[in-house]
Formats: sequence, structure tokens, C-alpha cells
Amino acid sequence: MDITLPILILAIPITMFLILGIGGVKMPRKLAGILGILGLGTTAVCAYIVAFTYYFSGDPLFIIDGVRQQYQVFDVTWLAFTQTLVVNIGFLLDPISALMLIVITTISFMVHLYSWGYMEHEPGFQRYYAFLSLFTFSMLGLVVATNIFQMYIFWELVGVSSYLLIGFFYKLPSAVSASKKAFIVTRFADLGFLIGILILSYYTDTFNFIAMTSNPGGVLQEFGGATFMGASLLTWAMVLIFTGGMGKSAMLPLHIWLPDAMEGPTPVSALIHAATMVVAGVYLVARLFPVYCVVDAALTFVCVVGAITAFYAAVVACAQIDIKRVLAFSTISQIAFMMVSLGCAYDLPVEGVHYSGLGYMAGMFHLFTHAMFKALLFLGAGCLIHAVHSNDYTAMGGLRKYMPITHWTFLIGCLAIAGIWPFAGFFSKDEMLAAMFSRHFFWGAWMTMVAGLTAFYMFRLYFLIFWWEENPHYKEHKPHDGPWQMSLPLIILGAVSICAGWVPFGEFVTWNGVPYHIHIELPVAATSLIVAIVAIALAAKMYMKKNELPTKMKNMWPTLWEAAHRRFYWDEIYMFITHKIIFGIICKSIAWFDRHVIDATMDAMATVTQKASYAIRGMQSGSIQAYVLWYFFGAVILAAITWLCLI
Amino acid sequence: MDSVGSIIVYFVAAIAIVVFSIKTVTTRKILRSATYLLFVLLSTAVIYFQLGYQFLGAVQIAVYAGGIMVLFVFAIVLTHKPNDRTGVIDSHRRKIGGGIAVAGGILLLLAIFYMPLLHGASLSECIEAGTPITMHEIGEAFTGSDRFQYLLPFEAISVLLLACIIGGVTIARKE
Amino acid sequence: MDLSMLWYLVPSVIMLTCGVYGFITRKNLVAILISLELMLNSADLNFVVFNRYLFPGSMDGMVFTLFAIAIAAAETAIAIAIIINIYRSIGNTDITEINKLKY
Repeated sequence: MDITLPILILAIPITMFLILGIGGVKMPRKLAGILGILGLGTTAVCAYIVAFTYYFSGDPLFIIDGVRQQYQVFDVTWLAFTQTLVVNIGFLLDPISALMLIVITTISFMVHLYSWGYMEHEPGFQRYYAFLSLFTFSMLGLVVATNIFQMYIFWELVGVSSYLLIGFFYKLPSAVSASKKAFIVTRFADLGFLIGILILSYYTDTFNFIAMTSNPGGVLQEFGGATFMGASLLTWAMVLIFTGGMGKSAMLPLHIWLPDAMEGPTPVSALIHAATMVVAGVYLVARLFPVYCVVDAALTFVCVVGAITAFYAAVVACAQIDIKRVLAFSTISQIAFMMVSLGCAYDLPVEGVHYSGLGYMAGMFHLFTHAMFKALLFLGAGCLIHAVHSNDYTAMGGLRKYMPITHWTFLIGCLAIAGIWPFAGFFSKDEMLAAMFSRHFFWGAWMTMVAGLTAFYMFRLYFLIFWWEENPHYKEHKPHDGPWQMSLPLIILGAVSICAGWVPFGEFVTWNGVPYHIHIELPVAATSLIVAIVAIALAAKMYMKKNELPTKMKNMWPTLWEAAHRRFYWDEIYMFITHKIIFGIICKSIAWFDRHVIDATMDAMATVTQKASYAIRGMQSGSIQAYVLWYFFGAVILAAITWLCLI
Repeated sequence: MDSVGSIIVYFVAAIAIVVFSIKTVTTRKILRSATYLLFVLLSTAVIYFQLGYQFLGAVQIAVYAGGIMVLFVFAIVLTHKPNDRTGVIDSHRRKIGGGIAVAGGILLLLAIFYMPLLHGASLSECIEAGTPITMHEIGEAFTGSDRFQYLLPFEAISVLLLACIIGGVTIARKE
Repeated sequence: MDLSMLWYLVPSVIMLTCGVYGFITRKNLVAILISLELMLNSADLNFVVFNRYLFPGSMDGMVFTLFAIAIAAAETAIAIAIIINIYRSIGNTDITEINKLKY
């Protein structure tokens, strides 16, 4: 395969970043915007061509006997530390990386276009586009990584771009602290990731994904019986690698940064914190899936973490006021859904499972559909914020008449995430639930409940924004739909959210490349559909017209509501641990030691030197003759010694 | 066995050196001090002649006793009024100086008296042992770079003198 | 009677100690410089004497004395330039008043 297009996919965004980053200040805003959009458009076209070539060309490089292959377009040595420790940079094409190419470039292009309208009057417009390009470059580099080290490098780069974009409004203290929080929490998680990488590649002697995943049994053998603290070392490695994914994908208990990350511009939330970067953790698990398959414990860990997070985030989302926070928790919940789905995908043939890697396919499917409708929802939320200049639904209500485009597209997004036929979310969620039920009834039931909650809180949000009661402020300041740059992405994404479910996804993406024919699991589908409809009906009952029911419900369990609203006090727990325990006890005692022992020793040395020099400084009297006297005195003594020695 | 004339010349020069040295550092009038220094330098030149270094003696008289003394006289005339006496040195300082000088002198004298190497050979023997140094040889010694030839130090000295000329002009120039 | 090396070294030592005494006790800068010349002269004399008695065949000592005289001339010229400058700034050449360069 010609390597021009793959190289262009990576080269254009980074070039754009450099051009806009260096020359942006001197550039008119319009030119910067057009450059950014054109650059990203070109990248998107290249990515589409590459992905379609991969899926449809039938080239034996990509597909052999109907089985999709992993293909490294190029893989060049970048850093050669030693003979064996070599870090490569390459471009891997396989079902999921081609899928991610499409997802990232599509969403990124939509966001670029949307931002042109949304950010029009913000200072630092050119910088914003430069950072968006940097992010796109990093994310594309991450998904096409041929080896885990390259992935780690780009993983950190997306972290940096996320940091830069969250803190885009750097004059707001809340944005600054949110960006720091995001960076520190994910960095902390990445420490685990790095340790995991080192353990894994120490035993497998390679960083390369294909070498690792093509023979997971061999990996297991290479680790032998090595154990650490009761668990096998391979389990530790995989769990630690997953820790990195937990940080990026905001799994409990490392989720605390994502709600705060909503301080960034809304299109950024749509791109980074809903559609692409946060699913990097899912992508990571999917990428190493064959290795996860041979360690039950690690996969179960993924599953358990995902299930708890999904439920937690869904409950918290029911009690948030800030619409972006609701969407953020919804994102956490949905990503956790994908995690559970991956965790339930088992390579081992389990009774009643008609296809072993179903969860994998379903998780990836949901990643795809979720990216589309969650980006749609975020962009819609951006339109709302743009119109009413507030993040809280209390400032909204009854907006359906004023903002028809936003209303309809937002409704599509809500229906999609709730899993209503025929919208995108229905299909992917059905496949995921089928996979979970086939693993164990418990997982399926639990996640069906979460899906119901999802439908409830999304429609709670929808009704509170678009129905409920009109805000009296509208008379002074009439809200309206955004300019065409903002509406067009909404319409496109809305259309995609309707159709995406009909894509025969199993034909394209499966864990081992063997196509799988999707069919609806009727009992599962019916159950989840009924649950979703009941939840929507409940939400409609409570929030469609202004009534006292929500307040009554709230007053029935005030503690619960307050706890959910405060996100079950996770931030407070973190504050307690960091401030009270780490800063208050450990750091203070260390600081005391530093001040009173180490510094004091240094001070004492300095004081002694000072005192001694004050005592003897009189010898430097400024009188040359005194010096000569001393000198001659010394010379005489030396002469005496010499003479005594010579006799 | 050295000739009587040689011994007499030595004694005259040595006594002159000792006496005028002491007078140089004890007299209160600075111009006299300079004059006594001139006598010391001349006596030293006499000793150089006696030791057989005619060229060196000539240089001593021309450069030292001639050039440098002129500088001294200039300095004194420029910085002193006629009949200026240097201030009385405090006796404390004089005692310390005298003590350390006498102690050092005694120590050094003891050292040379006890050094066996320094006794023995008479002057005439030594002069006969060495060939007389001609101007030609000195000239060659300064312009060659072989063993016992001194082109490099010679050049270094010339650079030093240049530096001194510039430095002297710079320092003494009026603003 | 033989004139051994010792005979020449004794006046040299006396000249040196006189120089030291003068250097330490005099107050006038020019006088101090004169004492310095005495010390230098005694060192020159030693060079020559050692050359004559110990290495009569070569002329290293003499050459070094020649250099020393040249350097002494240079040094004196500079020193006198400094002394004149000092005299210009403070009006006399008393060493006890030139002691600002200290702690």
C-alpha cells in the first residue's frame, strides 16, 4: 500500500498545528479558521480513503479468505536504545484503527466547523485551532500506533492537548484548576500504564502489538509462573495497563477530572471529552484484547470497574444541574458500558454464546455510535449555552420553540443514547447487552438497569431544557439557533446518529477479523426497549410540564439527592486524602524535617563559616606591610624547617 | 689563593654594601635614602666586575644605577617637598620589623655557615675554570632557541616591557 | 686567604634583611620601593655568585640577573606611575593612609 496517504493523515494536522501555533498571532482569524478546517478536511478525506481501502478493496494485504488482517503500512525505528530495546513509529491498519480513523476525523471535522461559529468572538481563536490540530494529530497517532510505546507517547500527547484545551480560558481560575486536575489525575494513572508496559514488554521482549497479540498463549508462557502478591505477574501487568485506561476513560475512582474538564470550550468537550480521547482507554483494552483474554482476572477487573462506574455515573447524572456535567457523567457511564462489554467478551467458548468475541464487536460498535451521538449532544449543548449564556438547565426551559434545529437534533441524540429503535444507540446497546447476558445474567440485568437510568436522565435533561416552563428572561434576550457553521454539524451528526445503527458493523470490526453477522437478540432488545420507554415516560411525567413532583421526590430522600448532586463526595474524599492526609500529615512532617534538620544543618555550616571569617578578617588589614610581615614570618619558618632538615 | 688586590676590592665593596644598605633603610630623608641605594647598587656592580661579569656590571651601572635611580629621583621630586622628612615610625612597628629582620638574617647566616657546599673553592680558581664571557656569546645566548639559549624569555621580557610602557602611561596620565 | 662563596653571601644576606626591615618599617611609598630594590639586588647578587662558584662554565645565573634587572626596571616604572597617581589623588604618599582595600 502506498504510504503517502497514511503519512499525510499524520502530517497535515501537525503541520497545521505548527503553522497556526507559530504564525497564528499574525494571522487574521478567518484565515486561521479556514486553514484549520481545510487542513482537517483534507485529513478526513485521506483517512476516509485509507479506511475505505482497508475495508472494501479486498486487497490480500488486508483481507485473506474473508478474514481481516492487521497490516503495518510502515514501521520505522525511531529510538534504538540497545539491540533489543527499540522504539518504532509506525502506522497500523486493522479493523479498529481504521474505524477510529473515521470516527476521529469525522468528529474533529465537525468540531472544527462548529467552532468557527461557536468561538468566533473569543480571543485566542488561532491558538484554539492550533491546539485542536495538535489534539487531532496526537489522537490519530495514538490509534495507528504499531507498538505500545508509540501509543504511550501519543497517549501523553493527547493528555497534553486535553490539558491545553481545558485550560483554554486560562483567565478563569476554575478552568486552570480543572486543566491541572485533568493532567495530574491522568498522569497519575499513566504511571500505572507505564509500569504495566514495562512489565509486559520485559517478558514478551517486544513493544509491537502484532507480536504481542498474535500469540497470547505464548505471552502467557513467557511470563511462566511469575507471581506478585498473590496474583500472576501478567495479571498485574494487564491491570496496570488498564489503570492508564481508567485514567483516560474516567473510570471510578479516577473519574474526578472529567466533570471538571467541562470548563473547556464546549466543542472541545464534544471532541475530546466525549467522542475520542476518553475512549482511548476502551481502545487500549481492545487493542490488547487477545492478551486480556488469557488473563481472566484482568478482564473481570475491567468488567467490575466498568459496571460500578456505569451505575455510579448514571445515578450522579440524574442529580446534576449543569447540562454539561450531565453529559459528562453520561459519557463516563457510556464508556463504562463499553468497558463492561469488552470485559464480557470472552475468547473461551462459553455455553450459549453464539460468538465468543461478541462483546468486543459490540463495545467497538457502541464506541462508534456513541462518538456520533454524544458529540451531537455536546454540540447541541454548546448551541444552548451559546443562546442562553448559562450552563444550568434552570436558565433554560421551553426552548423548543426558539431553537428548532437544536431541539430536533438534541432529541435525536437523546433517543439514540436511550436506545430507541431505529436510532444508532439501539443497535449497539442491544449487542452489548446480548454479550453481557451471554456472559452472566447478572451483568446483563445490571447494565439493563443502567441503560434505563441513562434513558431517564437524558430525557430529564431534554424535558427540562426544551419543555418544562419558559424562562422569563427570553423576552429580553430571545434565544435562537446558532449560525450555519454550528447548525450544519448538528444536522450531519443527527443524520449519522439515525443511520449509524444500520451499518453492518460486524462485517467490519471483530476481534479476530472474521466477519460476524449482526442479528437482533429479540428478548434482550425487547427488554431494553421496554425499560427505556418506561424510563422516558417517567421522565416525561416528572419534567414535561412544570409540576411539584420532582421537588417532592427530592424532599423524600434529601440526603440521597444531595449525595448524588455532590457526586457522592468523591471530590471531597480526594480533597481529604490529598490535603488532610498527604499535605497535612505527610508533607508537613517532611517539611518540618526539611526545615529543621536539613536546612538547619546548612544554616549551621554557613553560620560557623561566617563567624570564623568575622573572627579572622582582621588579618586583612589593608596594610601591605602587615602582609609582608606575615609573609616574611612564614618564609623564615620555612627556611628554618629546611635548614633543620638539611643538617 | 686570591690576590691581595682582589681581597681589598672585595672588602671595600662588601663593607660599602653593608653600611649603605643599613643607611638606606634607616635615614629619615628620602633623597638620601635614594642616594645610599645608588651606592649599594654601585658596590654590587663592583662585585660583579670582580666576579668576572663585566657586561653584567656595566648593565647594573647603566640600567640600575643609571635608569632606575633617575626614576626614583623623579618620583621623589614629584611627590615630596624639599627637606621633607618621613614621619616618625612608631616604635612598636620598628621593633617588630627589626626583630623579624634580625631573626631572619641570623637564621640565614647560620644556614649558609652550616652549608658545606658553600665553603671551599676560591674565586681565582673558579674564574680560571670558566672561560671569559664575550659579548658575542651573550648575544648568541639571547637570540637562539637551543639549550642554554634564551630567545623565549627574551621575547617575553620585551612583551612585558611593552605592557609596562602602556600600563605606566595609562596609570600616570591625567584624566 | 681564599674568597669563598660565603664571603659574598654574607653581604647579600645583610642587604636582604635591611630590605625587609625597610619594607616593614618605612611609611613612605618611595622608601618602601627603595627597600624592595635592595631585596631584589641581593637576589641578583646571589644568582651571580652561585653561577660563578658552582657552574663556572655556563652563564645562566648571569642571564637571569640580566632579566631580573630588566623586570626590576619595568616594575619600578609602573610602581612610580602608581605612586604619582596616588599622590595626585590623596596629596601624599603615606602608606598608612592607603589601607582602604580590606575587609
